[in-house]
Amino acid sequence: MNKLHWKIGTVLGLLILSFWLLYPTVEWYTKTSDDRAKTEAMRLRPKRILNLGLDLKGGTHMLLELDVEKLDKKEKLSDAMTRAIEIIRNRVDQYGVGETPISRQGERWISVDLPGISNTAEAENLIGKTALLEFRLVNTSNEAQSVLSKADGLTGPPVDNKGVLVPEIAKLMPKGTILCKAAPGPEGERARYYVLEDTVPVTGAYLENAHVSTDQQFGTPSISFTFNKEGGKLFENFTGANVNKFLAIVLDGVVHSAPVIKSRIGGGSGVIEGSFSMEEARNLAIILRAGALPAPVTIIEKRVVGPGLGEDSIKKGLSAAGIGFILVVVFMVFYYRAGGFVSDLALALNFVFLMAAMSYFGATLTLPGIAGIILSLAMAIDANVLILERMREELALSKPVAMVIPTGYDKAWSAILDSNVTTWIAAIFLFQFGSGPVKGFAVTLTIGLVVGMFTSVFVTRVIYEFWLTSNPKELSI
Amino acid sequence: MIVLLKKTNIDFIRKRFIFFAISGVMIAAGAVSMAVKGVNLGLDFTGGTLLQLRFDKPVATGDIRAALAKAGIETTLQSLDRNAYQVKVKGSQEKVNEVSDKILGAFTANLPGNAFTEEKRDYVGPVVGRDLAKKAVFAFILSFFGIIIYVAFRFSNPVWGAAGVLALMHDVFVAAGALSITNRELDLVIVAALLTIAGYSINDTIVIFDRMRENMRMFPRMPLGQLANTSINETLSRTLITNLTVLTVVAILFVFGGEVINNFAFTMLVGSICGTYSTIAIATPLVYQWDNKGK
Repeated sequence: MNKLHWKIGTVLGLLILSFWLLYPTVEWYTKTSDDRAKTEAMRLRPKRILNLGLDLKGGTHMLLELDVEKLDKKEKLSDAMTRAIEIIRNRVDQYGVGETPISRQGERWISVDLPGISNTAEAENLIGKTALLEFRLVNTSNEAQSVLSKADGLTGPPVDNKGVLVPEIAKLMPKGTILCKAAPGPEGERARYYVLEDTVPVTGAYLENAHVSTDQQFGTPSISFTFNKEGGKLFENFTGANVNKFLAIVLDGVVHSAPVIKSRIGGGSGVIEGSFSMEEARNLAIILRAGALPAPVTIIEKRVVGPGLGEDSIKKGLSAAGIGFILVVVFMVFYYRAGGFVSDLALALNFVFLMAAMSYFGATLTLPGIAGIILSLAMAIDANVLILERMREELALSKPVAMVIPTGYDKAWSAILDSNVTTWIAAIFLFQFGSGPVKGFAVTLTIGLVVGMFTSVFVTRVIYEFWLTSNPKELSI
Repeated sequence: MIVLLKKTNIDFIRKRFIFFAISGVMIAAGAVSMAVKGVNLGLDFTGGTLLQLRFDKPVATGDIRAALAKAGIETTLQSLDRNAYQVKVKGSQEKVNEVSDKILGAFTANLPGNAFTEEKRDYVGPVVGRDLAKKAVFAFILSFFGIIIYVAFRFSNPVWGAAGVLALMHDVFVAAGALSITNRELDLVIVAALLTIAGYSINDTIVIFDRMRENMRMFPRMPLGQLANTSINETLSRTLITNLTVLTVVAILFVFGGEVINNFAFTMLVGSICGTYSTIAIATPLVYQWDNKGK
């Protein structure tokens, strides 16, 4: 075995490896969409396959901001972020959509991708709710009564849109109490309020489970919950000490019900009643099970692509790129003859290697990502042109073919290296965009440049050297 | 052997002031347009809401406009075909679904009997817009510095790096100017296109610089002007062939690529033409202009 055999072996070996890496991707996308959905639901989706970005297959991207000011002062920001991501992931998982990339972005942003979901109202509710469940005592003192009657007499709401009490209410509030809105009643009814103690003896953090139950008599849905051992004991002591008082069940700052504590409640379970629809109750149970977010989140970016749009743009973009490509391939053979054919062969290999590499990394293909591929292929063609032009120059000096090839490669190398590295420098700074289409571009371009340099410098040379072994006199370029 | 160009011997260096003047005019045109009309920043940077709707039955643009006006919503409206429209409201909006709900409400109320489906909805909050703009500016500044440092290091001369970067900034600026002149939007995807142009332009320049570096070693006595000319002429056929192939692909994307990537393809088209030109007519003459003065 000589050196050339090793090189040929390397290229063929890589080709086989590429096909092996590509197989899961090909298998995945040749399945019917029903089969794919089933596999995803069972969480058996293969990991190392090429993913389609939201702009190509439709779906929703959301960026959430954690409200740091409302964070418990004792909790570190990074811990809170990790916990928030964990909780959101739990909620989304229980909701039952396939692969959902959720990641931290910057200091206090969370990026959530929901592929295939373009009706997002429900998902937004599921992800965006803080789900902070609190049990507070209702303050029924005379001062509290006067606050409520004053609030009733106001023309506007007693809280301004920043969440601050209006002054005439604030000065009436008894010490150590807060004002909370009640869950909206039937349409047209005035908003009702409660004055609650500001100490929270038990919270949803002690919940062990929550599920939907229906009222025996009317069939209206409510949510039953059970405390863990610790919470059960707290709740028992708390209710035992406050018999005949009103207990408000507060979810995200809204009072859902305020029943009278008739006796000490043991057994560690309870029910949240309210005017829920079945759907709402189901989602509420999910988020109560998953736990409360450390602080409220707001949606600061949301991008939704319907499934139809993706298909159309993919078709148009791809067919245009395809036409352009065929023209270039034909031109290369026409202009450089055998040399052009070798370049085209390398280009085809380039495409296979690139796709295999992207599948292996589980990369996401977006529309700008396709542009990145096209650019990297153009750079690979350019490297071939550089080499071929150098070879032509050497041929013009009537050097023997056996010398033309190595000299052509040697002289073209520095230009190819420098031009690829500079383009790569421009590409890597796009990674800071974190997610979405621009990052897709950076990913494909970066992988494409590496693969392109390999095929246009190493692979083509192997082909020429192999060809030289049989016909060393001529070179048609 | 088919040859596109016979051996050429064009004196590019002597014509440099003509090239500088042409570039001056292109840059001035872009600058004037940017100053007068401004740059049409996309939703990614201004923040705002975009809705793309497909109606079941064809609707006239006028009816859409009337429906929106009745609800008192000021928007930019773009018709994609007889059934599909894009409605855009730029500017800071604090709440996520507020504006889109208003728009959807306007259509449901004012265009009865014509149902629609949402094809696309974008909401970019004000903080995100500012953040993305900051990232875009950083991406440009950092990559320019990265390129200057790399080129200065590889060619052991900071003037070359600076000339290369000036040429690519020229290309990026002309492309941005063309966007302003044609009223096209500058969004994230266009930022990617502009950075691609930067990468591609410097790639082209490097090939000529590489040849100059090689010729300098072979002919150490040759005056810089002649050296530059020889190098440009020697690489001219490669420059043209490569750029023609790229231009072909980009031009086809521009014509047949569809609505979504049209702005991207346009930017690339302008940039790649400009990149070829600036390599020959700006980068190398600049090296001559600056390096010769020093000697």
